[in-house]
This record gives sequence, structure tokens and C-alpha cells, in this order.
Amino acid sequence: MAENKKLSIIAFSGDFDKLTAAFTLGTGAAACGYEVNIFFTFWGLDAIKRKQGRSFTGGNWLTKIFGFMMGGLRVAPTSRFNFFGFGPKIFRYLMRKNNVATLEELVEAAKALGINLYACEMAMHVLGLKKDDFIHEVKDVLGVSTFLEKSEGGRTLFI
Amino acid sequence: MATKVLDITKEHCPMTFVKTKIELAKLSEGDILEVLLTEGEPLNNVPRNATEQGFNVLSVEHVEGVVHKVVIKK
Repeated sequence: MAENKKLSIIAFSGDFDKLTAAFTLGTGAAACGYEVNIFFTFWGLDAIKRKQGRSFTGGNWLTKIFGFMMGGLRVAPTSRFNFFGFGPKIFRYLMRKNNVATLEELVEAAKALGINLYACEMAMHVLGLKKDDFIHEVKDVLGVSTFLEKSEGGRTLFI
Repeated sequence: MATKVLDITKEHCPMTFVKTKIELAKLSEGDILEVLLTEGEPLNNVPRNATEQGFNVLSVEHVEGVVHKVVIKK
């Protein structure tokens, strides 16, 4: 059965809560001995940006503005109850208070567990991002075909 | 042959598994990890996962209240 223990997650959302779900599943599975791949695309790319706050990443004025508005992990909004950015702060407070891992801790755990992090080539180009804009743990920049190859034989989730 | 103690009684999913896995990875062959954990999900799954991943679960004993101790050998 060991060869089927593989979980591949397509992290499409850049929302704080959905990224928390993706990283919770990913780290949990990795800790249970699964091979885990997380493929970040579109808004999900915010989670693996080196600059976790707001910065003008991008190639031209339009993508730079996009980069600033999207921001990184630290400024990820919640999909509901965002309250102009206060929502994630409230959730972080509640998570710490209840001794539940915060999104940042989960990302660190993902790195420690050696989860395979990949960036989507197409979304990266659309948003004017370069591989250097991402944390160095991002193993590679992939397209659909390579992702399918890597996820074959396991389970795939779209979050 | 070192013995390490890991207390995950205050942790929640997935950090219960994550911390155990990270500690187990740090051990050398023959070392022992004593994991303090609570009933429910951690007690049901930490020993099973360790066995599945090729570690040797030497004992599971009740400590007090909802706390149990799982002894794992690498």
C-alpha cells in the first residue's frame, strides 16, 4: 500500500482559511508517511512569496499593482469575515489561544517535513513573478502535464 | 541509545503527528522516543502511524487522566 500513499493538493486560493486547510492536510498527511505535493497556482502563489507582506512584485506597472494588492502570506485575507484585514488577526489570536498551529507554523512544518512545493508556470507569468520571488523551498516551476505526472497514483485535492 | 521525551498533550491535529514525525526523524537507529499524548485521535493514530512507518512501538501505557505514554523505538 505504501506506493499509494501520496497526496497532491492544488492550492488555488490565497485565502487565509483555505491555505490553512491545504497546509493542515498537507502536513498531517506528510506526518503520516504520505508523499505530499502542493501545486500553487493563481492566488495560491501568495503563500509561497518570499516577501510575506505587501510588495510591488511583478514585471510591469499592472502586475506590480496586482502584486501589491495580493500581498503575501502575512496579509492573506479570510474568505469570510475578513473585516478589511481584521479577520485573519482575530483567527490568528483564536488559534494561538487554543494552541492550534497558525498558518505560519504550518508552512514551517511543511518545510521541515520536506513537502514538495511547486509553483504554476502559467500563473507565475501572468502575474509577472519569477522563481526568485518565491521561498527557496519551492522545488520547481511546473505545468499541468508535469503536475499530472507527479500526482499520478495518489489522491488529488483542489483547494 | 538515547531516550527523548515529547509532550504533545497540548497540541492539536495536525501538529500532534507533525511534531512526532519530526522528532522521530531526528533520532538515530536504536534511540527511543517517549510520547505523552491524550486519548482520542492522538492515542488512536500516533502508535499506528509509527508502526506503519516502520518504527517499533514498544509500549502504550496509561499515565493519568486522559494522558498516555507511547514508547517508540527507531
